[in-house]
Amino acid sequence: MSRAALLLLADGRFPAGGHAHSGGVEAAIAHKAVHDTDSLEAFCRGRLHTTGLTAAGLAAAAAAGYDPLLLDDAADARTPAPALRAVARRLGRQMMRAARATFPSAALEDLAVARPQGAHQPIVLGLAARAAGLAPVDAAHAAAYENIGGPATAAVRLLSLDPLDASGLLARLGPETDDVAQAAVDAATRALTEGLDALPSASSPLLDITAEQHAAWTVRLFAS
Amino acid sequence: MSSAARLVAGRVPAAGGGPEPAGHPHGVRATARIHAAHNGRVTTLPQLRSDGPFHLRRMRTDGNAARVGIIGAMSAPLGGDRLTLDIAAEDRAELEVTTAAATLALRGPTTEAAIYDVRLTAGEHAHLRWLPQPLISAAGSNLRQTYTVELAATARFVLREEQLLGRADEEPGHLVSRILVHRAGRPLLDQHTAYGAPEPGWDGPAVLGGHRAVGQLLVVDPRLDVPRDPVLLGEGTKDGGAVLAPLEGGPALLATAVAPTSSALRELLDEAHAHALTH
Repeated sequence: MSRAALLLLADGRFPAGGHAHSGGVEAAIAHKAVHDTDSLEAFCRGRLHTTGLTAAGLAAAAAAGYDPLLLDDAADARTPAPALRAVARRLGRQMMRAARATFPSAALEDLAVARPQGAHQPIVLGLAARAAGLAPVDAAHAAAYENIGGPATAAVRLLSLDPLDASGLLARLGPETDDVAQAAVDAATRALTEGLDALPSASSPLLDITAEQHAAWTVRLFAS
Repeated sequence: MSSAARLVAGRVPAAGGGPEPAGHPHGVRATARIHAAHNGRVTTLPQLRSDGPFHLRRMRTDGNAARVGIIGAMSAPLGGDRLTLDIAAEDRAELEVTTAAATLALRGPTTEAAIYDVRLTAGEHAHLRWLPQPLISAAGSNLRQTYTVELAATARFVLREEQLLGRADEEPGHLVSRILVHRAGRPLLDQHTAYGAPEPGWDGPAVLGGHRAVGQLLVVDPRLDVPRDPVLLGEGTKDGGAVLAPLEGGPALLATAVAPTSSALRELLDEAHAHALTH
């Protein structure tokens, strides 16, 4: 594997469109539920252990070679909020464009043809990791880290937080991020023998509810 | 073998994943069964098997449906218990199942989890409604609840699930739930929630945000097969809120709600149900 490929995939500057999304933190800030570094850390921790784990499981399974179209159905079943399904597919389409250019592979081409409107983003991420010669655990790490890195960066802009505080909280969540990535890989390994129901489906009621509320706003800074 | 019976054969891992803990030697093991069939005229109940804490009672009904009430015959689930409810509406049967009182998860003689599996199966043109009273996660309790739902393509289905985290002024126990719904053999809904210590982040602004009542209403009905915009209920802040929206994998609507109290939660879910039934 190329460790540099993992850094590239996980880099916020990788042109995959993630910067336009707040991961629900814009809605949480509007509700005054997130207002400082501590509440942002609590938000990121909850997100990491729910949708973060689920996304990491999908990414790891895709990187392990699981059928991406079956994974895409499994991702739909794990995403009951239509606004979040739309976001996942839009991000998947953008990730696909970047991944095809950087890590071309037949598997990415096949998925692009089968899902022209975009597959769920973690699945595209997992296929890109596989094309780059990375392991499922690398894909899981990238998905888990991105799951909290996005909202932390968005909150810095929305709350004018000190970026150093945001980096500090991401570092404090590092060990938990590692744990989530490992749990995702273990589940993806089980899924290869037990089937898709073995993949994580951790969910959060508030993220689903506030995503639909946010999608109905007429003025917003972030797309989600 | 009916399609409902075939569907019952599917099994999924329990909530929490990994191997299930062995039952406590003092824990209750019980499996109650409700099977409804259609005899060409009305729905009958060829199997109504009470067991352990589940006392089943046939209830009066108008029309051709069957109604069954589950009456708690002992305190359960306690830590170490392994309880199963197996509820099936075979082809063309119409069955509604309710519980007489809230289900109260309490600390048992052991800190081990109680396992509570609910299997719901509906065959072709069957109509199954599961409308229990809330589940209360009392302080010190440890419960793993799994819903496994198998629906035929033409089945209609309603599930309402309400969870109250702690009784008045107490911290909740540890409540891990999974709901896994397959329709016509494909995944329709797969969700796993985990509340109460030691779960990380469960009470934070990304998961429950201080709310102590959380619930869902799932309506599956082939007649719903039209695109619908999500319906927002409540404000989603201190007074709670809900969203009713279509699922991707079938003619199905799911309402997800959080609220500060059980009564506010029920109001949100009732409102969502009324919206779902408006064609």
